[in-house]
Amino acid sequence: MIEMKDVTKKYSNGVTALRSIDVSIKQGEFVYVVGPSGAGKSTFIKMMYREEKPTEGRIVVNGVNLSTLKDRNVPLLRRQIGVVFQDFKLLPTLTVYENVAFALEVIEESPAVIKKRVLDVLNLVGLKNKARMIPSELSGGEQQRVSIARSIVNKPKVVIADEPTGNLDPDTAWDIMSIFEKINDQGTTLVMATHNKEIVNTIRRRVIAIENGRIVRDEQRGDYGYEA
Amino acid sequence: MNSGVITGMKPSTFRRHFRESFKNLSRNGWMTFAAVSAVTVTLLLVGVFLTVLLNLNKAATDIEKDVEVRVLIKLDATETEQQALKEQIKNLPEVESITYSTKEKELQNLIKDLGDDFALFEQNNPLYDVFVVKTKRPADTPKAAKKIKTFDYTEDAIYGEKKVERLFSFLKTSRNIGMILSLGLLFTAMFLISNTIKMTIFARRKEIEIMRLVGATNWFIRWPFLLEGLWLGLIGSILPVAAIAIGYSYVIEAMTMRMQGHFIQPLAYFPFVWQISGIILLIGAFIGMWGSFMAVRKFLKV
Ligand SMILES: Nc1ncnc2c1ncn2[C@@H]1O[C@H](COP(=O)(O)OP(=O)(O)OP(=O)(O)O)[C@@H](O)[C@H]1O
Ligand SMILES: [Mg+2]
Repeated sequence: MIEMKDVTKKYSNGVTALRSIDVSIKQGEFVYVVGPSGAGKSTFIKMMYREEKPTEGRIVVNGVNLSTLKDRNVPLLRRQIGVVFQDFKLLPTLTVYENVAFALEVIEESPAVIKKRVLDVLNLVGLKNKARMIPSELSGGEQQRVSIARSIVNKPKVVIADEPTGNLDPDTAWDIMSIFEKINDQGTTLVMATHNKEIVNTIRRRVIAIENGRIVRDEQRGDYGYEA
Repeated sequence: MNSGVITGMKPSTFRRHFRESFKNLSRNGWMTFAAVSAVTVTLLLVGVFLTVLLNLNKAATDIEKDVEVRVLIKLDATETEQQALKEQIKNLPEVESITYSTKEKELQNLIKDLGDDFALFEQNNPLYDVFVVKTKRPADTPKAAKKIKTFDYTEDAIYGEKKVERLFSFLKTSRNIGMILSLGLLFTAMFLISNTIKMTIFARRKEIEIMRLVGATNWFIRWPFLLEGLWLGLIGSILPVAAIAIGYSYVIEAMTMRMQGHFIQPLAYFPFVWQISGIILLIGAFIGMWGSFMAVRKFLKV
């Protein structure tokens, strides 16, 4: 599903964010990426949806070799990956429904398909009754649910989340996690960078710990391993 | 830039780009206004300049087409001497025909062309008797005139040379000045369009970011901005087209009255107005698209 072989990332300012990363994530896995601030978690994640290119090494995502992927074909890769961020990235003037539909409209999905899929995912994240509201009328947790709905509306094989609960209070964070578990249960691969010790130590899954650009730990059913 | 330009664009996608591009126009009203105004001023000047230039060009060809050499006959030439001159001219290989015109007739022509003021000269006619010589080809006119000048009883041989030369040099300078001015204005307009598009791109950067994340193609992202530039250029050309279409009809009216019977004539209203309108619209569309293209390339980074 996701393979990295000897991946090194050096930013143009000289910072080396990742060093010789070797990792293999199988279809349907649920993986936490943990580590101190500045360790390279976000960079690791950006490699997967080709927001950043590796300086060295090979990355294959869902059968697509990112090293040889032409710039113009990046959109095709993105359609197979859902991405969720700490800051939701919703469009403030669009309604909940429109924000989710947006992801399908811009890849020229047909109106009938759009309607059905959007209603389905809003149902899944429990926001069907708030479809007509705009983001500023929603709580942080609800906004993140809209963002998750948007990330999965195109039925991606993998969802990648960078600190999705970072802006949320603990209770809301658990709500979000239950949605992620639901998505993962349906067979979608989930990769999630997080600083949330409680979640990692409770919902036990594979843990990849990165420090100073290197993988220092990779355990099935691992724990957070740092002081919160 | 890359593939997938228009290939298989769905009607619904096309409608969306259309809609979005118009939304963009209204989004930053003042910049839109400034860009459209710049295009308007530019195209107005370019249009007037082209109209003048094309008419001068026409005048120059009209004059060139005039294959006449007017041979002024020495005042003291007797009738037999005149006859001899006529024979001499007729025998030149370049000459097609020759007609005689008395100085009285010449004066009548002058009065007809330039007004009754010249009637004064009826008492004491200062003109010459004239042979009007037509050459076979316009290019032969100078050669024929030069030969005729050497003949006895020729006072002078006049043809369009001076007029054409003066007109051509005027044409050249005005064309150069107009060209530089137009280019400067075109670039200013393009820059303003480019700037407007830059503002729109900036205003929509969040949408663009999300489009990229969810896998919209580069062309899908570009189209609304390219269309926005196209609209700016086309809207800016409306006023110039109208102004020239109306203005030129007045010019034509005034000119035809004044230059009746003259061999130099302004370009006829049709099809000239269609042509100049087409050119203005094309230039408008071009600077619009080009301006937005530059902004898209520089700021969209796709
Ligand atoms: N675009 C960039 N240009 C240059 N350096 C960068 C860039 N992005 C990240 N870095 C550097 O790379 C290193 C890793 O950053 P990264 O954002 O991956 O860390 P992180 O583990 O996600 O940290 P956090 O937990 O604070 O989000 C840092 O030293 C950071 O300064
Ligand atoms: Mg980070």
